[in-house]
Amino acid sequence: MSAVDLVLTGALLLMALGLSSILFAARPMGSTIVYASAGVLSALVALVGLATLVAGAGAGMNVGASTLWLPIGLPWIGAHFRVDALAAFFVIVVGFGSSIISFYSIGYGRHEHEPWRVLPFYPSFIGAMLLVVIADDAFSFLLSWEVMSLLSWALVLTHHRESAVRSSGLVYLIMAAFGTMSLILAFGLLAGPLGAYDFQSMRASGQTPLVGSVVVILMLLGAGSKAGIVPLHIWLPLAHPAAPSHVSAMMSGIMTKVAIYGFIRVTFDLLGGTSWWMSEIVLAVGAVTAVMGVLYALMQHDLKRLLAYHTVENIGIIFIGLGLAMAFRHYDMNAAAALAMVAALFHIFNHSVFKNLLFLGAGAVQTATGSRDMEKMGGLIHRMPVTSLLFLVASVAISALPPFNGFVSEWLTFQAILLSPDLPDWGLKILTPGVGGMLALAAALAAACFVKVYGVVFLGRARSEVAKTAREVDRWSLATMSVLALVCLLAGVFPGVIIDTLSPVSHALVQATMPVQSADPWMTITPVASGRSSYNGVLVLLFVTMSGFFAAWVIHRFASRSLRRAPAWDCGFELDDPSTQYGAASFAQPIRRTFGTKIFSARESVTMPPPGSTAPAKFSVSLRDPVWDGFFARVSGAVTWLADKANRLQFLTIRQYLSVVFAALVLLLLVLTLWK
Amino acid sequence: MNTLSFDVAHMLAGGMLLVSFMMIYQTRLYALLNVFALHAMVLALSVAWQASIQHAPHLYVTAGIALFFKAILIPGALHKIVQRMGIHRQVEQVVGTGATMLAGMGLVALSSVLMLNLTATASAFAREDMAFALSVVLLGLLMMISRRNAVSQVVGFMSLENGLILAAAGAQGMPLVVEISVAFSVLVAFIVIGVFLFRIRERFDSVDLSVMDDYRGEKR
Repeated sequence: MSAVDLVLTGALLLMALGLSSILFAARPMGSTIVYASAGVLSALVALVGLATLVAGAGAGMNVGASTLWLPIGLPWIGAHFRVDALAAFFVIVVGFGSSIISFYSIGYGRHEHEPWRVLPFYPSFIGAMLLVVIADDAFSFLLSWEVMSLLSWALVLTHHRESAVRSSGLVYLIMAAFGTMSLILAFGLLAGPLGAYDFQSMRASGQTPLVGSVVVILMLLGAGSKAGIVPLHIWLPLAHPAAPSHVSAMMSGIMTKVAIYGFIRVTFDLLGGTSWWMSEIVLAVGAVTAVMGVLYALMQHDLKRLLAYHTVENIGIIFIGLGLAMAFRHYDMNAAAALAMVAALFHIFNHSVFKNLLFLGAGAVQTATGSRDMEKMGGLIHRMPVTSLLFLVASVAISALPPFNGFVSEWLTFQAILLSPDLPDWGLKILTPGVGGMLALAAALAAACFVKVYGVVFLGRARSEVAKTAREVDRWSLATMSVLALVCLLAGVFPGVIIDTLSPVSHALVQATMPVQSADPWMTITPVASGRSSYNGVLVLLFVTMSGFFAAWVIHRFASRSLRRAPAWDCGFELDDPSTQYGAASFAQPIRRTFGTKIFSARESVTMPPPGSTAPAKFSVSLRDPVWDGFFARVSGAVTWLADKANRLQFLTIRQYLSVVFAALVLLLLVLTLWK
Repeated sequence: MNTLSFDVAHMLAGGMLLVSFMMIYQTRLYALLNVFALHAMVLALSVAWQASIQHAPHLYVTAGIALFFKAILIPGALHKIVQRMGIHRQVEQVVGTGATMLAGMGLVALSSVLMLNLTATASAFAREDMAFALSVVLLGLLMMISRRNAVSQVVGFMSLENGLILAAAGAQGMPLVVEISVAFSVLVAFIVIGVFLFRIRERFDSVDLSVMDDYRGEKR
C-alpha cells in the first residue's frame, strides 16, 4: 500500500471510530477506548508521513507523490487524494499532535460530565483534518474543510449550557461560513471557466497575475480566518477557550496549521507564481497579526483565552515567514526562499508542539483548580511540581528562548529577514526591516506575557482556596506532556535534523533547499553561509546547564546551605492577604499604559467610597477591542439595519407586491436591452 | 410570405395593442369589460388569420376558444358579477390615466427594442409578432398594478393571457394541446378568481383590495 492509501485508511478509520463511538460513549470505558484508539491511529498516520518525508530526503529531495482516485463525489471529478512532501509534513503535524492529545485525554477525558458530546466528534475531527491535507481536488478539499469546521463547531459547543459558549459557537459558525465562501471563490477562479477542479490541472494551467493576486487575497481571507489573522481572528479567542482543553489544543495547535496548509498549497503549489506586491501584503498582515496577537494576550487574565491570542501571534510569525518566501521566490533568490520557507514550516511544527503543551498544561491547571481565571491561581508550583516544570518548558519555548525549539524557528525567520537587503524591490527593502522590528517586538512582548503567566499561575502564594488545595493531575496527562516537552527540547537542540527532514518540502514548494545541516560538525546549523551566522543548540544547552549548576553551586556554597521557609515579604506590611501580591493585571499595567491606551482605549478608574464609609475603594480597567468595535460591530450593525429595512417587504399590499414583480420584470428586460 | 398576409397579421396584432391601450383609459367597469371583449375578439381574428396563412387548422380551434370563452362567456359572466355587486359606477384607478398611458408607451418602446434586438435572425413577421405580444403582456401587467378593483385585475390578467396566446399563435409549430391548456388554465383562473371575489365580498363588503390591507392591520 502506498502512503496515500495508508493515510486515507487512517482518516476513514478515525471517522468510523467517531461514528461507532456513539454506541458506547456513555459506557464507563467508552472514552478510554475511543481516545486510545484515536491516539494509536493518529500515531500510525504520523509515522506514514514521516516515512514519506525521510524517504524523500534520502532520494534526492524528490518525494514520490502517491495518488489515489476514487469514483465518489461529483461524477465528473471523483475524489482525488495525494500525499506529496507538503501533505506528508502536515500529516506528521496533525498525526503527531492528535496522537499526543488523544493519549492525554485518556486521563483528562474522565473529568468530562457528558462524554457523548465529545467522543463522536473528536476522532472524526482528526480524520477530517487528515482528509483536508491529502485532498487533491477542490471538491474533496472544500468538503473535508467544511466537515472539519462543523465537527470543531460541535466540539466547541460541548458545554452548550453556558450562554457564552453558545454565542462563541455562533461567531465561529459565521466566520467559518465566511472563510469557506472565500475558499470556494478562490477555487472557482483557479478552476477557470472549464471547471477543472482537480489540483493537477490547476497546477498545469497558469493564471494571469491579476487572477493570481485575487486568489491569494481570497485564500488570505478564507484560510486566514480559520488560522486567525488579524482582523479575522475574533472567533478564535472566543471559541478555543470555550471547548474542553484537549479540544482547545487541537483547534489552536493543529487546526490553525491545517488552515495554513490550505494557504501554502494554493499560493506555493497551485499558483505558479505571485505578483510582487502580494508578498508585501502577506508580510504586513503577518507583522500586524503577530504584534496585535501578543498585545491582546497581555491584556487577558483568562488563561486559555490568553493562549488563544498567542496562537494569533504565532500565526502572524508563520505568515511573516511565508511572505518572505513569496518575495524571495518571486525574485528567484532560491536559497533565501528555501530559508524563509523552512523557517515558516519549522515554526508550524514548533507551534503545534508547544501550543499543545501549553493548552494541555492549562487543562491540567483547570482540572486542578476548576478555573481559568489567572487571578484565582498562584503558588501551583508547590502543588503541581511536574505540570509547572513542563509548563515552564513550553513558556520558554514560545518566548523564543534557547535552547528550545521556538528560538530556532524564530531565529531562522530573522535570518531570512536579514537577507532582505538583497531584494531588488525597494518597497520590500524598506518594509521587511520594519516587519523584523515588529517580529522582535512580538517576541519580546511574548516573553513578558509568559513571565506574567508563569509568575501569576505557578509562583507566589495561592490566591484562592481552590489553588491552595490543587492536586497534581493523572499520569497519562503528565506522561504525554513530558513527551511534548522533550520534543520541544530535542527540536531546539538538534534543529539540523528537522531542517534536513523539511528539505523535500521546501524543494517541492520553492524548488530549492537549505544547505544540508547534518554535514556540519557538532550539530551546528548554518542557514546561509558559515561566515554569516550559525547556531549550535548543543553548545547553548551545555552552557545553560553548566552555568545554571555553577550558579546553584555558588549560591549554596557561599550563601546558605539550608532551605528556609519564611513569610513572604509584603513591603513591610504584615498583611496575610494573598491579593496583595503582584497580580496579572498589575504585571500588565506598564504595557497596558504604553500600548493599550491607544490601541485598546484602555481606561483606568478608581471609585472611592463616600466619606465615612468603610467600603473598599474599587479600581477597574476598561478595554475596548478595536477590531470588534471598528469593524465587526459596524458590519453587524449594517446587516441589522438592512434586515430592518427589508422587514417592511413583509407588509406590502397585494398591489404593491404585484408592482415589485412588475418592476423586477421591467428592470430585467431593460438590462437585457441595454446589454452590449 | 406575401405582403398582404403579413400586413393583415401586422394590423391585427397592432390592433390588439391599440385595444390594450384603450383598456388602460377606461375608468368604468362596464366599459372596461366591453373593451376586453373587443380585445379577445381581435385576438380571435388574429389567430384565425394565422391559421389561414400558416395552413394550421388547429389554430382555428384556438381562435374559436378565444372567441367563445374570452370574448363572450367571461365578459358576460364578469358583467353579471359587477351587476350583482353593484359596483358598476366605481372609478378605481390608482394612477392617473395620463401617467399610465405614458408608462404604457414606454413599455411598448422597451419591448420593441428588446425583441428587435433579440430576434435578429428570425423572420420579419415573427419579430413583429413577438414585439406586439410582449407589449400586450406588459400592458396587462401594468393594468393589474394600476387598478384597485379585483374585477379589473382579473381583466388585466386575462389580457395578459391574450398576449401570450398571440405570441403562441405567431410562433409556428405550436401544438394545439399547449394552446388548449393555456385556454383552460385561463378559464380555471377565472372561476377561481370569481369564487374568491364573492368570498372577499362576503367578508369585507367590498372588492376594493385596500380594504383587505386595512384588515391586515396596515395603514397607508
